[in-house]
Amino acid sequence: MIAEWGQWALALALGISLLAGIYSLSAVRNAAYSAVQLAQASATTAWMVFALVGLSWCCLIYSFVTNDFTVRNVAENSNSLLPVFFRFAASWGSHEGSLLLWVLMLTGWGAAVASFSQNLSPSFRVRVLAVLSCVNFAFLLFLITASNPFERILPGAAEGRDLNPLLQDVVMIIHPPMLYMGYVGFAVSFAFAMAALMEGRLDATWARWSRPWANAAWSFLTVGILLGSWWAYRELGWGGWWFWDPVENASLMPWLAGTALIHSLAVTDKRDALKSWTILLALVAFALSLLGTFLVRSGVLTSVHAFATDPKRGIFILMLLLIVIGSGFVLYAIRTKDVGLGGTGFSVSSRESLLLSNNVLMSASLAAVMLGTLYPLFTEILADRKMSVGPPYFEAVFAPLLLPAVWLMALGPVSRWKEMTFATASRALMIPLVLAAGVSVAVIAVFGMPSVWFLAGITSAVGLAAATLEHAWHQLRQLEKSQPNTSVIYRAGRLGHSYWGMVMAHVGVAVFVAGVTLVKTFETERDVVMVPNQTESIGAWRVTFIGVSDRKGPNFVAAHGVFELTSGEGRTIELMEPEKRRYISGGQTMTEAAVDSSLLRDIYVSLGEPIESPKPGQEGAWSVRLYLKPFIVWIWLGCIMMALGGVYTLFDRRYRSKKQKSEALA
Amino acid sequence: MNAARKKRLFWILTILVVVGGVVWSVTKAFNENMVFFYTPSELLSGKGVVGQSYRLGGMIETGSIKKEPGTLKISFVVSDKTQTVPVTYSGILPDLFKEGTGVVAEGQLKEGVFVAHTIMAKHDENYMPPGVNGK
Repeated sequence: MIAEWGQWALALALGISLLAGIYSLSAVRNAAYSAVQLAQASATTAWMVFALVGLSWCCLIYSFVTNDFTVRNVAENSNSLLPVFFRFAASWGSHEGSLLLWVLMLTGWGAAVASFSQNLSPSFRVRVLAVLSCVNFAFLLFLITASNPFERILPGAAEGRDLNPLLQDVVMIIHPPMLYMGYVGFAVSFAFAMAALMEGRLDATWARWSRPWANAAWSFLTVGILLGSWWAYRELGWGGWWFWDPVENASLMPWLAGTALIHSLAVTDKRDALKSWTILLALVAFALSLLGTFLVRSGVLTSVHAFATDPKRGIFILMLLLIVIGSGFVLYAIRTKDVGLGGTGFSVSSRESLLLSNNVLMSASLAAVMLGTLYPLFTEILADRKMSVGPPYFEAVFAPLLLPAVWLMALGPVSRWKEMTFATASRALMIPLVLAAGVSVAVIAVFGMPSVWFLAGITSAVGLAAATLEHAWHQLRQLEKSQPNTSVIYRAGRLGHSYWGMVMAHVGVAVFVAGVTLVKTFETERDVVMVPNQTESIGAWRVTFIGVSDRKGPNFVAAHGVFELTSGEGRTIELMEPEKRRYISGGQTMTEAAVDSSLLRDIYVSLGEPIESPKPGQEGAWSVRLYLKPFIVWIWLGCIMMALGGVYTLFDRRYRSKKQKSEALA
Repeated sequence: MNAARKKRLFWILTILVVVGGVVWSVTKAFNENMVFFYTPSELLSGKGVVGQSYRLGGMIETGSIKKEPGTLKISFVVSDKTQTVPVTYSGILPDLFKEGTGVVAEGQLKEGVFVAHTIMAKHDENYMPPGVNGK
């Protein structure tokens, strides 16, 4: 019965979304009611839809936790042996469940917009919420018609088929919600852009309203991608952190567009410039989020994510994609003249130009990723030729495009709006350049002449971090001069949350670039055969194989390996215990790697398989994978800093509702 | 030429140079890193096999996996039900590598033996390499 409740709630939400979307759009256009009343009604509706979808989601969770195997979704993706925690998470482990989560997030963003948009003009607010309602409707329709999470099977199954063991991991539980928060978060930017196009009015206030939403979505997406990468590193047993897999690229594309968007919004907000470009990016970011969903959910890609191989679903998402992109771009083409390019001029050497250049680089790398991801699909469909594009392609393209972007970022904060003299730029970049040069000399002294990319990566990272921190320090000093009797904390506060968020994110990029460069240059990977008590060295560390024993988990049996990790001098660091698991319900085998992580290096041990001994006395041999990954933690750390920086900007005073102020006046 | 036009010219030229450079280097990297996929029949017919490295996909023939004791060396036979290709590999195999299931190997054909440098992990045991069924 509970599952039916979930179903009804979804159907009700579908109807309300359709009515709210269509009706309020036409009503606000014909000015049938006062915009204030309409806005209030739209806000209430947004909350109602969110509550209904939330109720439905709770029903699904209930069905999973209570092992209701008469629901097909539960029977196919859960198992009574599965720990409760994973049963809960299994509710979004399937295509249907993850789509319900997606819709839940979407309506959640809608409710958030409804709550935090009182300072928007009423008619604009109605349009934003109406566009979101239309998107809600489309996804709810998809959910109900093509991927119903509550479908029953009668008679019910006696036992469930179990959750894909790859997904039975804590990180995997938070990865999809974070990623989805990011994806659907761009729906808000999309709705803001569409509403602005409909009104034919786009000014700096519009950008100020959109900025926190875009920043929030971007931060979530950053965390989502990070978690996916970290999961792949630990769980796939290959020790890689990014494979340029089409599914990964599908999430990277909206991220790149989003990165360009949040910077372009800054220009529109502060300078009222680059307007049509900003709008275009807002449309593109959401379109790419949908494209990502299409690629992953339609089954055109074969991967861990692509569990849906029902062509009906693919076609539905493709149609949705075409409608969204189509309506967005048609409106854009008609209305962009009214909106204007954004009049105020700026010189070639201004901050606007730097941001624009960075945007161009972002778009170029986006296009390159898209080419590498979609080209194989097209050749397969059109020429019946199966091919793929290897990771070296992406690496060859990304480094030359993004390293200049890093230097532009270093220059960004010190540059001025409208115009900047060469003297300002060179004075500001003096210390970073000297530092970067010093580091490269030191690097060459220590390692000899390393690869050009290593040198370029490290100097860029050092230059960016130094330039960003120096600018912050300089700003604080300036304030100290003008307001001598204030505390550091007060002065830091004066610079604003937006500023500090930017500093954090940019230093995060520096940390990330340094991490990637160091991992790429110094990683060591060894596949070896080890017999018990054998010691192998990896870098300056030594790994001794103690042995393998059997262990029984809640829903799997495992070959449990024990290795002793010692430093070069023979000091024991810790015991590492990788596992080879076999899941009882499905019989799948899974590798659980053991990772000893520290700020400077990860040591990574995973079990291959038992090896037949060539001669007596060498029984119990296993193939073992030993990896040394220097500074890989910096990659995660850099991403976390970027995301935290993005979140921190949300608390900036400029974005706060004007309501308090107007209340104070009254 | 007034200032506004000069600025526009500057931007247009910069964008042209950047776009040109990017397109050139992307195309170059792209052409160098294309990896084509073949079934055993396509590979043995030798038609249009291009590149230093390519992928071979098919089923691992039952009973064909041979492991050399004490080492990571392995050999097996990949089939598409009409043709077979022997494959050698040295290294740790993905978890879902089993006889009678699909496999994708990347490497080169040398004197009738496919020397693989990578064996792709399949993420799903229901996955079938394209071209094995219904062809």
